[in-house]
Amino acid sequence: MNLSIIFFIIMILGVSAYFAGLKKSLVLRNDKKLNSTPSYYGSILALNSSLSAIFFIILWFVIEKNFITQLENYRNYLYLFTLVAFLISSILTYKKIKHEFKARDNVEKIIKILLFACSSLAILITIGIFLSVIFESNRFFNTIPITDFLFGTHWSPQMPIREDQVGSSGAFGAVPLFTGTFLIAFIAMCIAGPIGLMSAIYLSEYASKKTRDIVKPLTEILAGIPTVVYGFFAVIVVAPFIRNTGEEFGLAIASESALAAGLVMGIMIIPFVSSISDDVINAVPQNLKDGSLGIGATKSETIKKVIIPAALPGIIGGLLLAVSRAIGETMIVVMAAGMSANLTANPFEAVTTVTVQIVILLVGDQEFDSPKTLAAFALGLVLFFMTLILNYIALHIVRKYREQYE
Amino acid sequence: MYNDNFMTEKNIEMADKNFDVNDQSTVDNEETVGEIHVGDPRIVAKNVDVHYGDKIAINNVSIDIGKNEVLAMIGPSGCGKSTFLRCLNRMNDTIDSCAVKGELYLDKENILDKKIDVVSLRAKVGMVFQKPNPFPKSIYENVAYGAKIHGMAKNKAELDEIVFKSLERAGLFQEVKDRLDSPGTSLSGGQQQRLCIARTIAVSPEVILMDEPCSALDPIATAKVEELIYELKENFTIVIVTHAMQQAARVSQRTAYFHLGNLVEVGPTEKIFTTPIHKLTESYITGRFG
Ligand SMILES: Nc1ncnc2c1ncn2[C@@H]1O[C@H](COP(=O)(O)OP(=O)(O)O)[C@@H](O)[C@H]1O
Ligand SMILES: [Mg+2]
Repeated sequence: MNLSIIFFIIMILGVSAYFAGLKKSLVLRNDKKLNSTPSYYGSILALNSSLSAIFFIILWFVIEKNFITQLENYRNYLYLFTLVAFLISSILTYKKIKHEFKARDNVEKIIKILLFACSSLAILITIGIFLSVIFESNRFFNTIPITDFLFGTHWSPQMPIREDQVGSSGAFGAVPLFTGTFLIAFIAMCIAGPIGLMSAIYLSEYASKKTRDIVKPLTEILAGIPTVVYGFFAVIVVAPFIRNTGEEFGLAIASESALAAGLVMGIMIIPFVSSISDDVINAVPQNLKDGSLGIGATKSETIKKVIIPAALPGIIGGLLLAVSRAIGETMIVVMAAGMSANLTANPFEAVTTVTVQIVILLVGDQEFDSPKTLAAFALGLVLFFMTLILNYIALHIVRKYREQYE
Repeated sequence: MYNDNFMTEKNIEMADKNFDVNDQSTVDNEETVGEIHVGDPRIVAKNVDVHYGDKIAINNVSIDIGKNEVLAMIGPSGCGKSTFLRCLNRMNDTIDSCAVKGELYLDKENILDKKIDVVSLRAKVGMVFQKPNPFPKSIYENVAYGAKIHGMAKNKAELDEIVFKSLERAGLFQEVKDRLDSPGTSLSGGQQQRLCIARTIAVSPEVILMDEPCSALDPIATAKVEELIYELKENFTIVIVTHAMQQAARVSQRTAYFHLGNLVEVGPTEKIFTTPIHKLTESYITGRFG
């Protein structure tokens, strides 16, 4: 017997409980009007008893490791007690089914609790992930000092396997990774910022309704393309193109370059920027535009001098969200930016980013307590904080701006 | 008792004329009564029709608007006052479904002509809106906005002069002279509306259109704006839409009564309010419907 069978049994019992409750209330209804409709009595019986059983199982697993494993055949007790819990609770509830029993209110309460539990789950999981990352990072920082990690400029995470091995002492200076990340994000924003913003302006202010209805969904398709596809687009089309163009100008450009990755990432986040900007530009009240047009400003003057300034906080918020997207993006950079941790601001060179290194560190056979593996958690932690702060600032700005016009 | 009887009589009369005030789709094609023409017109409208898509909003309206006069446009809501007002500086261009037909002259120039420069038209015919709509800029920049766009000032000193003078004429200068750098939106509603008026007169228009400029203001702010309108008529032609009949009576020389897209009656304000010719005008100004 295993757990899935237990759950199956609980389900069957639950359904029977429903009908038992229903039946009793139908009988009761014959002599006097009930507080709720009969199906509620069935539901409350089914809910109460199956939830008690499930709750019991959860409780069991929480304390199992600490107390119960001493018992022989302890799992059998679980099955037994689960059924007992089910029965006790169903009998108690069954007895409660009387004319004045407020089954409907009770069902309502249980539904509310279930919904609350689901919404807490997301938060709990976030906290759990966060804690485990912190925990693993902490182990990393026990071997490598945090200052070396944050301020070191040399990254080569190979640890010596044997004591006497030469030339492979690990270095965990994360600075090149962060400069690489920011370089690529910067290039991406140079593409996505202006293009996204201008397309938003076109769509919201100039395009006829018909054009808008066609163009808007099309740009949103861009957002739906899997990032792997962007990645090989970068490798196969953009990188060779950049290299060849560079040669024409007598520039030596690596076949994997920050520029190629940044360009393609920029294309990827254009719809992101344009859709948020479009929303904020549309939120600028018509009467402000009228005010400007009404004293003889042209459309573009109105956009430049009234609409953009009025929408600016929202637009900046949108751009920050896009930046955090760019920082967290992995696939394109893995494929197009290279792996070498160069500390450089030259977009023609190969660079690497935080996310790429996390992937590299964790791919393949790993010992989970070598600093090399743990470094991934430390990188993840910093990344997590960076995007968290960016998102927080961005959402704060966006929200503040929304309030202004409501 | 008497009143009730009177109402019923009226209703029968109107039913006789096949004119149901509650049926918004009925647009009767009646001649305007009263005095359409003035001796020295600045704006002349001839047979102006306005459609929103298939829906007719202004039906065959002809009217003169004189120099240095305040024309009040009154009528039940939805009768097309704003629509007609917005024709006068082509603001209806911003609404895709809106089509304007007929002839409309500003100083002999047909402003419905597709070829005219809408930007300079709107500089000549400024507009003040129902809800105060200062730009999210400083008080100074709000007023300087139009002057800058039209290149009216060669240097900072000239711009200052335009801004100060406009604020002065809008009766706002004393109240804001110490806080010209604070945002226009930080002013009270009435001050904001006067700021918008200052912004409009800063580009030296010839005509100022006002669409219920006081409807979002309290009585004291309203009184101030009305006083301002009264003074502005020395230099500008003013067309004001209002739903407050006392306001029309206080600020205007001529009044036009609109009903379901028709211009029913126009004449000297005093006459409209004391001895209206048309039955509909009479019912409206005596508060029968609105
Ligand atoms: N943008 C628009 N699109 C379609 N119909 C409109 C629009 N604006 C106004 N209308 C219609 O035109 C008529 C006149 O409106 P309006 O000029 O705003 O009246 P008023 O200002 O006298 O209250 C109304 O029936 C209104 O529903
Ligand atoms: Mg109106």
